[in-house]
Amino acid sequence: MKDKALSVQNLCAGYHGSEALQDVCFSVNRGDYLGICGPNGSGKSTLVKVILGLLAPTSGEVSLLGTPKSSFQRWDRIGYLPQGLQFFNPHFPATVDEVIRLGRLSAKKFPRRFSREDAAAVDRTMEWMGISNIRGSMIGELSGGLRQRVLLARALVNDPELLVLDEPTTALDPETRESFYKLTFEMNRERKSTVLLVTHDTATIGKYASHLLYLDKKVIFYGDFEDFCNSSEMTGFFGEHGQHLVCHRH
Amino acid sequence: MIITEMLSYGFMQRALVGGSLIAILCSVLGVFLVLRRLSLIGDGLAHVTFGSVALALLFRLQSVYMTLAIIPVVLASSMGILQLAQKARIYGDAAIGIVSAIGIATGVMLASVAGGFNVDLFSYLFGNILSISSSELVIAALLFVIVIACVVMFYNELFASTFDEDLAKSSGIDTERINTVLVLMTALTVVLAMKVVGIMLISALLIIPAVSALQIAKGFKSAIVTAAVIGVVTVICGISLSFVMNLPSGATIVLINFAVLLATFGGRALRGHK
Ligand SMILES: Nc1ncnc2c1ncn2[C@@H]1O[C@H](COP(=O)(O)OP(=O)(O)OP(=O)(O)O)[C@@H](O)[C@H]1O
Ligand SMILES: [Mg+2]
Repeated sequence: MKDKALSVQNLCAGYHGSEALQDVCFSVNRGDYLGICGPNGSGKSTLVKVILGLLAPTSGEVSLLGTPKSSFQRWDRIGYLPQGLQFFNPHFPATVDEVIRLGRLSAKKFPRRFSREDAAAVDRTMEWMGISNIRGSMIGELSGGLRQRVLLARALVNDPELLVLDEPTTALDPETRESFYKLTFEMNRERKSTVLLVTHDTATIGKYASHLLYLDKKVIFYGDFEDFCNSSEMTGFFGEHGQHLVCHRH
Repeated sequence: MIITEMLSYGFMQRALVGGSLIAILCSVLGVFLVLRRLSLIGDGLAHVTFGSVALALLFRLQSVYMTLAIIPVVLASSMGILQLAQKARIYGDAAIGIVSAIGIATGVMLASVAGGFNVDLFSYLFGNILSISSSELVIAALLFVIVIACVVMFYNELFASTFDEDLAKSSGIDTERINTVLVLMTALTVVLAMKVVGIMLISALLIIPAVSALQIAKGFKSAIVTAAVIGVVTVICGISLSFVMNLPSGATIVLINFAVLLATFGGRALRGHK
């Protein structure tokens, strides 16, 4: 149990009585790169929200980095990039460095003050992601792709052990998307972060992810890519073509 | 000089100092309220304050005693309004509208039981900062220190929850507690602001300097500071102008704020066309 980055057991969750997740079980080893796929409304974002404690499950257990979620406190060890900001206001008066620095709050106790160390971490992250030149720009005046990059920087600023990304690439052009994937791949390979990435991009995810979770309210498939490609059950589910598309690991 | 004459009066000194303190509170909290789409809460609280004032007048409470008596009522109502706004997610604004209406209706009912609208109630409706007493100024200064201390202590958490509530939660911030702090601070501020612009115009003092600042700010801290500066400058100008030209101070302050808002809109548009 201790060496798991994430463990989800018999998880059920929903909104106002309607069930969005039914009896979901899986666990992720440290250092894995898990791609989470499934059709619209299949509960991917719901799963992410429950993992991060944004939504209370109706039943089931979640453990983060070896600690049951109810006693988990180290939010600085987890980086999160949401599917979209709840109410993104293009006139929100915050600069890029102010937004990235917000990521450092999770490591702090009341009264959560920033130090020079935080400024250094923000600088390092911006440098690494190649966005130092826009540090003083207003977040609302950036293009969608750059804004997404800034929010990823916010998620990465603590060097998280577990990185949770909910459809980070939907608004990106193919080139930016590729560099986005490369960045997460680097996080996974070089910094040994465990990555959970929700995506509809089934044709690309196989290039980067080590494991696949296919969700449709229930777990349809969970395992590594080899298993997925060799599974005749999945051939039945997706058809040969569909399975080949996911497995097409170039 | 008219300025030296103006500053030689004790009541003008009190008005300028008290007005500036309250303006800072309103503008700073206003930035958070506007960005979190909670500006309506200020309005709802103002109307609840009206009901509380009428109740206090019924018990013949005046000036400082009035302020002290209505603070707990308004604080309690603010918690109720927050619950409504959060629980009734979709109809949150309608819920606040209902509370506002109940505040006003209660006030009107109590006032008529107490013998009809009198000069007192009228002065609370439209405010008169020029009549602020020394003890009222002391209360204002005290509450100013409390509210500013809260803003400073919770600044980063307020900023994070304002930027995105889910992201803040995923950083381990208790956003519900932060919302409570924000609304309680607003309640205290609304009670004070009543003296400056009156119940009818409190939400203007909360919203307009903040919106003006948001037009021109270049960052979050800059938005807060700009709002505070706009608030203080417009209140000082408004008080002075109302003294010199014998105009109602609350209305003068609000109209000057509106002029500033138009100017910042213009400034933004010009910048956009460059
Ligand atoms: N805030 C909400 N309130 C009520 N129902 C919701 C809410 N969010 C999601 N749902 C419902 O829960 C189900 C799962 O939604 P979820 O957002 O988890 O899907 P998803 O797999 O992330 O879809 P997508 O690919 O479109 O992002 C859907 O049926 C959706 O209608
Ligand atoms: Mg989703």
